[in-house]
Amino acid sequence: MAEVSLKNVVKRYGALEVVHGIDLEIAHNEFVVLVGPSGCGKSTTLRMIAGLEDISDGEIAIGDKVVNMLPPRKRNISMVFQNYALYPHMSVRENLGFSLKIAKRAPEDITKAVDDAADILGLTELLERTPAELSGGQRQRVAMGRAIVRHPDVFLFDEPLSNLDAKLRTQMRVEIKKLHSKVKTTIVYVTHDQIEAMTLADRIVIMKDGHIVQIGTPLEVFERPVDTFVAGFIGSPPMNLIEGSVKDDHVVFSDGRSLPVPPDFTGKIANGRRVVFGFRADVLMPKGHTLAESGVLHDIDLTIDMAEPLGSESILLTTLGGQDIQARMHNPRPVTSGEVLTCELHLEKCHLFDADTTQSLRG
Amino acid sequence: MSRFRRTIRENAVPFALISPAILVILIVVLLPLLFSFYTSFSNYKLIRPDTLWDWIGLRNYERIMGDWDFWVAFGRTVLFLTVALNLEMLFGLGLALLVNKITYGQRTMRTIMMFPMMFSPILVGFQFKYLFNDTIGLVNNALQALGITHEAIPFLVDRWWAFFSIAFAEIWMSTSIFAILILAGLFAMPKDPVEAAKVDGCSNWQVFRHITLPFLMPFIYIAMTIRSLDVARAYDVVDVMTGGGPAGRTELLWTLIARTAYDDARMGRANAMAYVSILLSIFFTWYFFRKLMDARKHLGAF
Repeated sequence: MAEVSLKNVVKRYGALEVVHGIDLEIAHNEFVVLVGPSGCGKSTTLRMIAGLEDISDGEIAIGDKVVNMLPPRKRNISMVFQNYALYPHMSVRENLGFSLKIAKRAPEDITKAVDDAADILGLTELLERTPAELSGGQRQRVAMGRAIVRHPDVFLFDEPLSNLDAKLRTQMRVEIKKLHSKVKTTIVYVTHDQIEAMTLADRIVIMKDGHIVQIGTPLEVFERPVDTFVAGFIGSPPMNLIEGSVKDDHVVFSDGRSLPVPPDFTGKIANGRRVVFGFRADVLMPKGHTLAESGVLHDIDLTIDMAEPLGSESILLTTLGGQDIQARMHNPRPVTSGEVLTCELHLEKCHLFDADTTQSLRG
Repeated sequence: MSRFRRTIRENAVPFALISPAILVILIVVLLPLLFSFYTSFSNYKLIRPDTLWDWIGLRNYERIMGDWDFWVAFGRTVLFLTVALNLEMLFGLGLALLVNKITYGQRTMRTIMMFPMMFSPILVGFQFKYLFNDTIGLVNNALQALGITHEAIPFLVDRWWAFFSIAFAEIWMSTSIFAILILAGLFAMPKDPVEAAKVDGCSNWQVFRHITLPFLMPFIYIAMTIRSLDVARAYDVVDVMTGGGPAGRTELLWTLIARTAYDDARMGRANAMAYVSILLSIFFTWYFFRKLMDARKHLGAF
């Protein structure tokens, strides 16, 4: 039952600074996901919250207690590790009950807490086995069970699903979401997988090179990315980003073609300014294969290089402004490469970024 | 039968190729073994070769059962083994944990750690015999110079001091076997369970007790197995330092057996003793090997 607050937290290894003063307030019971490419400092940040890494500067508080100098065992946190980190010489039951045994709880309390956790996670049948006798998914479940038996203030997850195969990952994702609604505890979750971030998070924290780039709900970061990095990182396929310059409320690309400036920006961008025009594949659809939507639509003829049929839709690969871009085709029909299709671009859902600073030009 | 013949025919070349090796092993290992086993049932004395044919059945073994000196040596060997192995384990563990913490110059430390193993046990024996000597020994001189004692301590004469002295030499020489093997274990140890234990509320001592030590146990048992074989046949250091004396006060199994065989020339009797002693080695090896297997079962998941 606690908030987590990071104030100007810095991590240095000698002269090398890997986390550059991040600020983050996590509310009680909130599910926050730290996401970013590898080496962005997300795991380090999590480990600093856990107390497994010292912090070089700043302040970390859990609840109303500053924990900078406290060892992990005094922070009342639980952590699920990427490699599960089970205790191999103990049975599943002993693994689950270990923290309670260390806390010198009465044996009957431990048995009850372990049985309850095993029940929640479907581990009851496996209690007497050792980790070596479990499959990856089962080990993952034990690692989670070990975290929940203690009723910690904060759960920390360090890429817990990255060692599982795709199917199991989807399944465990649902279970983690369920778990959160059941145990109602603050969760900080680290992943490099933006789908995990989108599906699990109350709020997403996107990190890059030791900085926080954007904090927001999944929809906010999806619909209002603050810069081209977030735009490219969140969403699948990644956002199409084409560089060009503004001329009379149009963005002119290097190949001479142009698109009108999205309605939000009309009249606000000076002529000659270098910008990046961004839009998702979802808002560029061939005529006749769109979702019925009203709004400001712009027609554009595109030569299709290739189609990737996914069944209910196809992803079309094409080029615009010298860039490979992707469009989405609903109710697909076979498309031959080289075919020219007239596509509708949903202008209201397009973005403009500054070409130099990569920041969004949205006010 | 025909299948047996076919096996022979198909494998004729491999059999032919390993037959010299088998022959050599038969000659240099099996024959002496059978011969010594036979002599343990005879009254064979080295100085009277004809006694080789003097078959006396189990009498050698019967005598040993009632031989107080033999059983004292047997007990002392077990005690020596227990003391030496446990202390070596403790010192080795401590040394390994310390060296594991070093970040600068660790390779050098590891090499230095191996030095005692590079000396011949005989020389180690001589060195400690000199160090512990009660008139010219360095230890006694130092103790007296510092005013800690005024009389020489009879390191190699008193029953318990002598035991201490040979144990000291043995431990000095072989602690590094434990240290090296345990250090290898520490290097192989994954960080995750340690961190998980810290998060689970363990103090450093509890992490060591519940996570690190169980992980190191297989390595400790490997060292125990090797060293129990070593110490159960301890001879050289003891023979040089005290010769099993004075008056049998430091007699271990193998100094007693060697004396019986070569000084007393009673080879038959000595061989019977040796066969009884072998049981000790077999027991310790079996015991530690079983412990090792138990401890290893879980390692797969680390």
